[in-house]
Amino acid sequence: MDFGSLFTNVVAEMIGPTAIAYALAAIGLNIHFGLTGLINMGQAGFMLLGAYGFAISTIAGWPVWAAVLVAIAAAVVFALLLGIPTLKLRGDYLAIVTIAAAEIIRIVGRSTSLSSFTGGSNGLLGNSFKESFSGASPFPDGRFSLGPFTYSMNDSNSWWLRIVGWALVALACLLVYLLMRSPWGRVLKGIREDEDAVRSLGKNVYGYKLQALVTGGVLGALGGIVFTLASSVQPDSLGRPVTFNTWTILLLGGAATVFGPVLGSLLFWGALILVRGLLRGLVPETILSTQQVEQAGWVLVGITLMLLIVFRPQGLLGDKKELAINVR
Amino acid sequence: MSADPQLAGSHALPEVAEARAALAALDQVPGVAKPDPMLVADGVQRTFGGVHAVDVAHLEVQRHVITALIGPNGAGKTTFFNLMTGFDKPDSGHWTFDGVSLAGVPASRVSRSGMVRTFQLTKALSRMTVLENMRLGAGSQPGERMLTALVRPLWVAREREITDKAMDLLARFKLDTKKDDFAGSLSGGQRKLLEMARALMSDPKLVMLDEPMAGVNPALTQSLLGHIIELRDEGTTVLFVEHDMHMVRHISDWVVVMAQGKVVAEGPPKQVMDDQAVIDAYLGAHHDTDLGDDSLLDEGGRIDAEADAESEAELEEPK
Repeated sequence: MDFGSLFTNVVAEMIGPTAIAYALAAIGLNIHFGLTGLINMGQAGFMLLGAYGFAISTIAGWPVWAAVLVAIAAAVVFALLLGIPTLKLRGDYLAIVTIAAAEIIRIVGRSTSLSSFTGGSNGLLGNSFKESFSGASPFPDGRFSLGPFTYSMNDSNSWWLRIVGWALVALACLLVYLLMRSPWGRVLKGIREDEDAVRSLGKNVYGYKLQALVTGGVLGALGGIVFTLASSVQPDSLGRPVTFNTWTILLLGGAATVFGPVLGSLLFWGALILVRGLLRGLVPETILSTQQVEQAGWVLVGITLMLLIVFRPQGLLGDKKELAINVR
Repeated sequence: MSADPQLAGSHALPEVAEARAALAALDQVPGVAKPDPMLVADGVQRTFGGVHAVDVAHLEVQRHVITALIGPNGAGKTTFFNLMTGFDKPDSGHWTFDGVSLAGVPASRVSRSGMVRTFQLTKALSRMTVLENMRLGAGSQPGERMLTALVRPLWVAREREITDKAMDLLARFKLDTKKDDFAGSLSGGQRKLLEMARALMSDPKLVMLDEPMAGVNPALTQSLLGHIIELRDEGTTVLFVEHDMHMVRHISDWVVVMAQGKVVAEGPPKQVMDDQAVIDAYLGAHHDTDLGDDSLLDEGGRIDAEADAESEAELEEPK
């Protein structure tokens, strides 16, 4: 078994667009859940909206910056639509509404009647909307190797995408860091603990919850853009499992921490590739076929995460002291 | 601060002494008009499926004094609090606070207008430190707006003021050594103190305390009473719900009695507690007796003798 190439594959996945996209989505979810206590079960819906918003407006001939703005605007409108009726109610209602709304986005997106815009269940081919993004790159075309990692400089799934993606992640972390240590972040934490208490202290809880929902949703949409720029817009590739993976990543890294979601994403995707590679290398084909290895990888990662939640519920970066206090 | 709450009050503001004195001249009837009312409620009704939880025809709360709201369980005291502070909506009625109508105003704006409440079941924000709890109570912090929050210089000066004030209050409530502890690790009584201190961060005009003494140990009770009197002497109006009659008698200037949603009596504590209707509805004939004194409970003790005499008298009364 070639451990060298396995290790390379693991690192490649960790620095790749999937890990970036999930990190962004998990940072957004961290603003929802970690800071404010909102249970958003539809982060994939925000990602899909971002992807559609970016791709469709690019295909319509809009420049990159305008397409990104469209994606952001779509996420803002979606957050307001979800938040205005539900945020005055108890927390669980938001969970129900968001999971349903994300499914609605996906199902409407893949419906045949909209195939002239969304491409129906086939989605939108990557090449139909990637050009303006790669065109915005300041780097020369061609391929570039850094150690064992060789990617094209600007084309699909490129170094350019990785650079922009990680820059976005860094900006998002900075944003969360600044907000968390500010009085605004303090109000959000208060809402997470007991919103009636915060209301009694004169804060407009509803407004704060809407702000948090919108901000986290926009980060999800940016994650969706990165996700699709590496492949294509395919509604079923941003379905419920994406939301659940994002939650797993957040809890793995540690909710209410700055770097938790990023670390969670790196480890989650790294571990998946590692487990699959080990199974493929060490278990003979007669016991586990290639297809079964895919599934078994998910199973093992799932078990690892369950153990982690049992024995380290605060996540890797979380503060054990915070969790040790029973919420009474 | 004086250990004996009765002694406090000598250094009160002149208007406080005046407001307290003015109460003596009032009629002791439910809904009596006060010379300088802070909170005025009219026709406030709230029903829970046919039950009139609150049905207050008229009630005025005098400025600068401590008013106690007492009554049996289910009398509607907490519901009345919820209605006044915007945590619940009445079926009908209107009320003004400091001359401004508050009917239909959301809870957060009620609080910002100067009427701050605490809760019967304490709402300390458990996974935040004591100091963060306190800071959250302060108003007009520009850093609580999302965009200004990103630029630290815009809010750091105000944050310093808030922190100083929080430390002062914590010192007054003997919680300053706990400032970096999570609020969830405090004892029940300390949480009551924290909640009260937090409510004071915004310099409210009226504080509404819902059972401030419930679950507080006797030593802390003493200091809590002192704090409440001190508050009044500094010019804050206090309205509180309490079942501890010793506390009501000690510190309140005026007592309002509710039963079945209605105001059934009001007046100075001494007179109200001697009111036969109040005794029958709520206090019981032996509310003055110290139940901790075992000798009283012995067979044939004073209480038994009195109770016997009472029941005999009732039997003999030919009505």
